[in-house]
Amino acid sequence: MWARNLLFAGIVIAGVGVLRTSLFPLDTKARQVTFDPGPTANDEFQAVVQRVDAAFRTGWADEGLTPAPLAPDLIVARRLSLALTGSVPSLEEIRQFEAQPPEHRVDGWATHLLHDRRFADYFADRLSRAYLGTEDGPLIVYRKRRFLSWLSSEIAKNTPYGQIVREMIAGRGLNTDTPAVNFIAATYDDVKKAPDPEKLAVRVSRAFLGLRIDCAQCHDHFLEPEWKQTHFQALAAYFGQTRQVVTHVSDAGGEYHYEDRVQGGTHTIEPSVPFLPELLPSGGTRREQLAGWLTDERNIHFARATVNRVWAMMFNRPLRKRVEAQTLSEPAPPALDILAADFAAHNHDLHRLILLIASTEVFRLDSTGPEVVTADHEQSWAAFPLTRLRPEQVIGTVLQAATVRTINQNSHVIVRLSRYFGEKNFVTRYGDAGDDEFDHSDETIPQRLLMMNGDLVDKQARDELLNASAQIAILAPDDRTAVEAAYLAVLTRRPTDPERDHFTAKLAGTTGKERQGRLADLFWVLFNSTELSWNH
Amino acid sequence: MESLMRTQNAEGGTRNEESGLVTSRLPRRGFLAAAGLAWLTPLGTRLARAAEKDHGPAKSVIVLWMGGGPSQLETFDPKPGTDIAAGTRAIDTAARGVQLAAGLEQLADQMGHVGLVRSLVSLEGDHERGTYLLKTGYRPDPTVVHPSIGAIVCHDFPDAGVDIPRHVSILPGQWPARGGMLGAEYDAFKVHDPAKKVPDVTPTVPADRFDTRLKDLDVVEGAFAKGRGQAGATGHRDTMDRARRLMSSEQLRAFDVSRESASIRKEYGETPFGRGCLAARRLLEVGARCVEVTLDGWDSHANNHQIHSRLVGVLDPAFAALLRDLKTRDMLRHTVVLCVGEFGRTPIVNALGGRDHWPHTFSAAIAGGRIRGGVVVGESDPAGGKQPKEPVPVANLHATIFKALGIDWEKTLKTPIRRTIRRSEGTPIKELLS
Repeated sequence: MWARNLLFAGIVIAGVGVLRTSLFPLDTKARQVTFDPGPTANDEFQAVVQRVDAAFRTGWADEGLTPAPLAPDLIVARRLSLALTGSVPSLEEIRQFEAQPPEHRVDGWATHLLHDRRFADYFADRLSRAYLGTEDGPLIVYRKRRFLSWLSSEIAKNTPYGQIVREMIAGRGLNTDTPAVNFIAATYDDVKKAPDPEKLAVRVSRAFLGLRIDCAQCHDHFLEPEWKQTHFQALAAYFGQTRQVVTHVSDAGGEYHYEDRVQGGTHTIEPSVPFLPELLPSGGTRREQLAGWLTDERNIHFARATVNRVWAMMFNRPLRKRVEAQTLSEPAPPALDILAADFAAHNHDLHRLILLIASTEVFRLDSTGPEVVTADHEQSWAAFPLTRLRPEQVIGTVLQAATVRTINQNSHVIVRLSRYFGEKNFVTRYGDAGDDEFDHSDETIPQRLLMMNGDLVDKQARDELLNASAQIAILAPDDRTAVEAAYLAVLTRRPTDPERDHFTAKLAGTTGKERQGRLADLFWVLFNSTELSWNH
Repeated sequence: MESLMRTQNAEGGTRNEESGLVTSRLPRRGFLAAAGLAWLTPLGTRLARAAEKDHGPAKSVIVLWMGGGPSQLETFDPKPGTDIAAGTRAIDTAARGVQLAAGLEQLADQMGHVGLVRSLVSLEGDHERGTYLLKTGYRPDPTVVHPSIGAIVCHDFPDAGVDIPRHVSILPGQWPARGGMLGAEYDAFKVHDPAKKVPDVTPTVPADRFDTRLKDLDVVEGAFAKGRGQAGATGHRDTMDRARRLMSSEQLRAFDVSRESASIRKEYGETPFGRGCLAARRLLEVGARCVEVTLDGWDSHANNHQIHSRLVGVLDPAFAALLRDLKTRDMLRHTVVLCVGEFGRTPIVNALGGRDHWPHTFSAAIAGGRIRGGVVVGESDPAGGKQPKEPVPVANLHATIFKALGIDWEKTLKTPIRRTIRRSEGTPIKELLS
């Protein structure tokens, strides 16, 4: 009997020990983050960053704007985690981050995240919205999960982005063996029993050129007269020889015909590109020609569109006014061309592009300052723009903040499954942003109710032993540390003095269940703050 | 019985519910002029205005959403005695010459109020795409997310006095009605079986503790707002206040069908869908504009007849009780009720005794508002062919509903990229409108 009691006591002590090391600086090697600045330490890399910074500074000087001061490192780390993994850093990660020398810890954090599988999975999921849409799509002929898994692997390996796109556009084979072909299969038309060339033309122009010429599908563009229907249909013609038999995508011969929805009848059209025809490769299938033209390093529109989209994923706001515009000549800050040229010159290196953006001054500016930050500051990137987080970022933050340890690929399968289903349920109830993920709309009342009273959020705040609130209540040595740990876990910052005083007073003299309840209240408050739901 | 079949129409004419036609019509002003009492014109005008008000457009919509795609042959378009019926019987209804599939006996009694379209045509044979088309009137389009009927109705009929959501989806399926380009604020508020509590409107802690939490939240909000001129523009405070108003609103009781008598509840049927229909009526009474109630499970690729028999048994009492109840409360003339799914099912029964997806010809039932009862539009092929007589594009159904609601269906909405789209691209089905 004594042996069982001893075993039980041992397990309890070990468990408490693990929790304590999670709450406070730890030394377990396996869980330690490597803070290697990677390419950001190179002079050549820094020279590009400086050119971008100088271009913005010139703009601010012209407009008479004083930029906001630099944001605290922890806030920048939060932005990076949200953009690259869809949630805030865990308390475990924050403790390690703070233990690093300040000079290069943000660079090291960005580099670390790029090597974390959470980044590849999250980026693949977001990019795929532009490639595939958010529909579940036709069964059997389309395998979305396979595509996502493939894309995530390619992003993790840092396969050149141009190559990834070429495989998507020109790939052939089974949708299980060659998952890239699901880009084509996603448009499978059940009536025509073939991929839809018009839908593919829409996807290619929007996802890879940032161009909406969809209106020219049926008629010459009313709003942008430069786009003719023939431009659109000639682009669609590159997919006119694409065939799909059940799960197999291939190319055949034949002409492309399109239906004239205005005048009636059908027309035949040869494939051609709307600009830079000199970049077209001479050989290959029609799809290979289109893919080669699009991803040619001299096709600056491809590079610009990618930079603009990735910038939007980092800031929740694109560098241009829109991620997808009806013209290629929408104005942009000079930074767009500096970054686009660098992206093309470095073989469409996605990791480098993300690090460059993360290293710019504008990414590290505060969203507030001693002087009130105005809309002009945000407009000109003289302050970090305040934007609403996406639904999966909101719940990702809540789920991560509710546990002191990092939820990642090393977590127990039950923890990962719980996170997966928690996120899925929440996003279903909260409402997914859909394909147009940079369309910022106001929060709705049902969304607020879900945050205030919904089970999903409440469960994370509740004073249960597995939750951070209860663990902090039990293990924090004093009230002040407990409040600070809660703020760090949820908002990735320390409380201001008035906040610390207010909440420390609430914990004063409490013990046991009462103390856990007060901590649960604090977590609920932080979960429901503007600060949690916004990028800042 | 005959007296039940004839109702006085607002302008003094008599509507024959069997044919759905107004059999005589003598406008009051014409009558006054004919009687040499033209000096009474001001009185006539007032009477006419009162009549218009009385018979004005409908104000709200209930969508009975048949998720999965019901078989037209086992619901609103039976073909008794044909090969494609596969044994399904038909029953006569209160509308002469109009038959429904066996199992819809209660609805059959209400057919004087119900119009049928038996020739809806679509090109969308996929559940998600078909649902999008039927709920919005548009085929899925990567350039824009179209708003659903309920979103447009709420957008066009603003109402500041209602605390609860005006667009509600009860028992939402996988794709509940959305606001689309009008914004997430027009998305349907999703609730489950009304026997359960309304989700997310009750604090998880006692009231005093909840109030303390809200006061504590002010401390955190104050810290975040510092130095952020635009922080107020997040709208957080406003949304929070409105959410709290909803949480304490008496209108929330509309979701609670247990407040209805046992006999009414029994009429609707003690099923989640029956309770959903009852809640829909209660919600409309407190100001909701559009309530969608879903009856899922019609996707009968195998055992079609058993599945339909069970679901028709749920639909029939609920749909019929809803119409009776709305009529009794004088709400039917202000409420359009639509019953439809994303497509129909194949005329041929497959080897598993199922029917597969069939967007080529399917049916919808529509009632209330200015909809003429007992009318049948279009005719499907009794041999099971793809071409119906008088094909009706789905968009026409939407244009009809908007017209019944007094909404100009041709009026455009602007998409985020300045493109204009009509509320509906269809044309109202004139045979259905009085």
